[in-house]
Amino acid sequence: MQKSLKTLDEVTIRFVGDSGDGMQLTGTQFTNTTAVLGNDLSTLPDFPAEIRAPAGTTYGVSGFQIHFGSTDILTPGDNCDVLVAMNPAGLITNIKTLRSGGTIIVNTDSFIEKNLKMAGYTSNPLENGSLNNYQVHKVNISKLTANVLADMNLSTKFIDKSKNFFALGLMYWLYNRPLDQSIRFIQEKFGKKDPIVAEANLRVLKAGYNFGDTVEIFTTRYEVRPATLPPGRYRNIMGNTATAIGLVAAAKKAGLQLFLGSYPITPASDILHELSRLKEFGVKTFQAEDEIGAVCAAIGASYAGGLGVTSTSGPGLALKAEAINLAIMLELPLVVIDVQRGGPSTGLPTKTEQADLLQALYGRNSESPICVIAAKTPADCFDTVYEACRLAIKFMTPVICLTDGYLANGAEPWRIPDVADLAEIPVKFAADPATFEPYSRDPMTLARPWAIPGTPGLEHRIGGLEKEHISGNISYDADNHDFMVRTRAAKIERIADDVPLQEIDGEDQGNLLVVGWGSTYGSIKSAVNNARERGNQVSFVHLRYLNPFPKNLGEILYRFKNILVPEINNGQLIRLLRSKYLVPAVGFNKIRGLPLVTEEIEERMYELMGDNHA
Amino acid sequence: MPEVAEQQSTSPKLTVKDFQSDQDVRWCPGCGDYSILAQVQRVFPEFLHKKENYVAVSGIGCSSRFPYYMNVYGLHSIHGRAPAIASGIKSLNPELDVWVFTGDGDGLSIGGNHLIHMLRRNLNIKTVLFNNEIYGLTKGQYSPTSLVGQVTKSTPMGAIDYPFVPVAVALGAGATFVARTMDRDPKHMQEMVRRAERHKGSAFVEIYQNCNVFNDGAFFAYTEKETRDENVVYLEHGKPLLFGKQKDKGVRLNGFTPEMVAIAGGEFGINDLVVHDEKDSTLAVILSNMIHNPALPRPMGVFLAVERFTYEDAMQDQIAKAKARKKEGELQKLLDGDEIWTI
Repeated sequence: MQKSLKTLDEVTIRFVGDSGDGMQLTGTQFTNTTAVLGNDLSTLPDFPAEIRAPAGTTYGVSGFQIHFGSTDILTPGDNCDVLVAMNPAGLITNIKTLRSGGTIIVNTDSFIEKNLKMAGYTSNPLENGSLNNYQVHKVNISKLTANVLADMNLSTKFIDKSKNFFALGLMYWLYNRPLDQSIRFIQEKFGKKDPIVAEANLRVLKAGYNFGDTVEIFTTRYEVRPATLPPGRYRNIMGNTATAIGLVAAAKKAGLQLFLGSYPITPASDILHELSRLKEFGVKTFQAEDEIGAVCAAIGASYAGGLGVTSTSGPGLALKAEAINLAIMLELPLVVIDVQRGGPSTGLPTKTEQADLLQALYGRNSESPICVIAAKTPADCFDTVYEACRLAIKFMTPVICLTDGYLANGAEPWRIPDVADLAEIPVKFAADPATFEPYSRDPMTLARPWAIPGTPGLEHRIGGLEKEHISGNISYDADNHDFMVRTRAAKIERIADDVPLQEIDGEDQGNLLVVGWGSTYGSIKSAVNNARERGNQVSFVHLRYLNPFPKNLGEILYRFKNILVPEINNGQLIRLLRSKYLVPAVGFNKIRGLPLVTEEIEERMYELMGDNHA
Repeated sequence: MPEVAEQQSTSPKLTVKDFQSDQDVRWCPGCGDYSILAQVQRVFPEFLHKKENYVAVSGIGCSSRFPYYMNVYGLHSIHGRAPAIASGIKSLNPELDVWVFTGDGDGLSIGGNHLIHMLRRNLNIKTVLFNNEIYGLTKGQYSPTSLVGQVTKSTPMGAIDYPFVPVAVALGAGATFVARTMDRDPKHMQEMVRRAERHKGSAFVEIYQNCNVFNDGAFFAYTEKETRDENVVYLEHGKPLLFGKQKDKGVRLNGFTPEMVAIAGGEFGINDLVVHDEKDSTLAVILSNMIHNPALPRPMGVFLAVERFTYEDAMQDQIAKAKARKKEGELQKLLDGDEIWTI
């Protein structure tokens, strides 16, 4: 039959199923294909901490949301337009994310009594009329998958595991995407190792696609044209990958060996995984015995003349605090990556949050100023971690680079930089015994010399005890301590002279300024765009540099009547702004383990504008 | 015995003075640490290594002040973390000659985890653990090697913690070289330091060290000339475990259990004694546990010296293999990834 083709500017699809159903793989495949087609996109993997929670339970539901379009896509979408539900638990836990009138595609085979009961349904939602507000497509995905594989003599378990490729194929058909990227993926992943598995998955993928094409329940296909992104070469990238290759790039540019000391922790572990695969770049990865061992090994590596890095999440950062203070005292370069997650304590390991800002700034004993910067999008993790390395080396200091669970696992198209265009990272090791003093300082940056073991004539002793200015010898002198505390603080403040002034998105004065940091960039930017489209004047400042702040931040804040600070925490940046600049900023805080909802930020903006909003 | 060929230095021959720093030594007068410093400074020049390649790493405690007094690269770090920091240093630059100086509190209590993991990885790092069975720098609390019943500031009714045996911990952790010596036997200590240096892999040397302020005489039975011969058995590879002023006593194995025997005119002769084998890890464990039987002499010397690949060599090897297989990594290709599109 003839099917109609409808063009959409943007669409949000959410795949949900059991954590063993392969929803993350399905989502990632759909994302990669969509990226190569030139759509702008943003993704949100949303999965439980349990690896394989019991099948059919609501707490075992794993989801993957992708928002893509021919327009500028800034967030993974507040709500979805299409919900692909592989089981009742997925449907019941995610139906609230589907917009009214949205499309549901369900695997009817899993809507059996046992699963319905486990999900908490008292009657079958596919039959009781509760989904009347939505367009429901019922597909017996399990049975169709089994049919396609009937002659292959495969186990029931294996057949059941292949059904996600049917859903993927069907979605490819529905959104007019080619199969080749996924075909290539299946062949590369299984082709050599296990040709039967490859064959089975390919069959199921194609069957899903053909099902859409032939069966009459789908009368319309959709098309989403490529986005008009700035010219350049693009790839799809996830935050943790961008972080890992940003570190490699910085080390290479600096001419240093990269050393990562790390202890596995969700959601930071992929940085360790990625870097451990890049040995051809001379990268050394050290999976330590614990978080403390990881940061200490990185400090040792920096002391020996490498680029020492440690990656972790909030609980790990807490454990590293004492060692970070040692690096502050030793004045050695160290990059600490905190992929923030929901807390406190073990909290929500797989969910996002930006509540480690104050820990990063202040979570150590005594006066221990440190540079803190944060990434705003998955691709921005590359630039941010690169900048962290540059500053750590230039100022001989630890730098904490904050990302979070959403950035780590989220993906977006990335305009690939040319290696030649990356900022230079000059490194100078001390070499002259005649002039060497361990704690002499560069007059501009206040950085001390980096004197590495193996350099003849520079043998010296440093440690965590307070040092005498210049000589670095142990000193308990009262005035010297006061001087050194102030000097360490002044050195961090000097970083503000080295980084760009804060840019304002919008007018440089007015009624409302929204100030954000980290991964809320997309949600805030969307809210600001929406408000402007409705005729409002709103300005937006998004901070990468959180300590020290850009030098012009105060002047910017003073030019606005209202300041709104949306954060996924209970008000952390806002405290810093209020205490430093004494401005009456107000917050918008949601701590749900998820990105902020654009619409809610928008409402808060209008509230603040009072009657002045359009 | 696994030994590394001694490297020829290009610099002029070094002396004890070259290893003395300009800092005043601040240990209490009479402390056993002075002897350790003296023996290390005496032996280091013999190795003919480049002085600039030595790195001394320590944590916190009396023992951890050691690097300040050695004129080499020194890092006085934080409590217990020296093994982890040293692991980073050695992994980054395997050319460096990395030494960890630690104590019973620093190495076995707060830093126990780092110590055992460094040892099992077999990084070519030398660890010298000063065991005085007390916390000195914090003024006299019991340590993880203090004896049950030991009265200290924090155990007025006696310690109820069962102590670690440092050499047994090291053996259990998979160290490839484990030795014990004492502050009042300079010649033996020098030999243990030499042996540790020559060993390629993680070397662990426990030194019985007298804290004359908070735990005076803890080891006198073993360290004093009058009692030493009767209470100490020196382990020598290929030789029987013979001891006593008259060399008339020995240690034999009854099954897996060591027992003391008199060899003059008794039931047993010298041929019945255990012959020490540094390469026998089972024997090393048995010897390390002799401490639990007060009737037995305390073994001093090399318990174990075996060969195993080092962590830093394996790390370099994997990098070399990856470079050979995939060619030296090209940064632009890494940034580009597998799927590119152009707008």
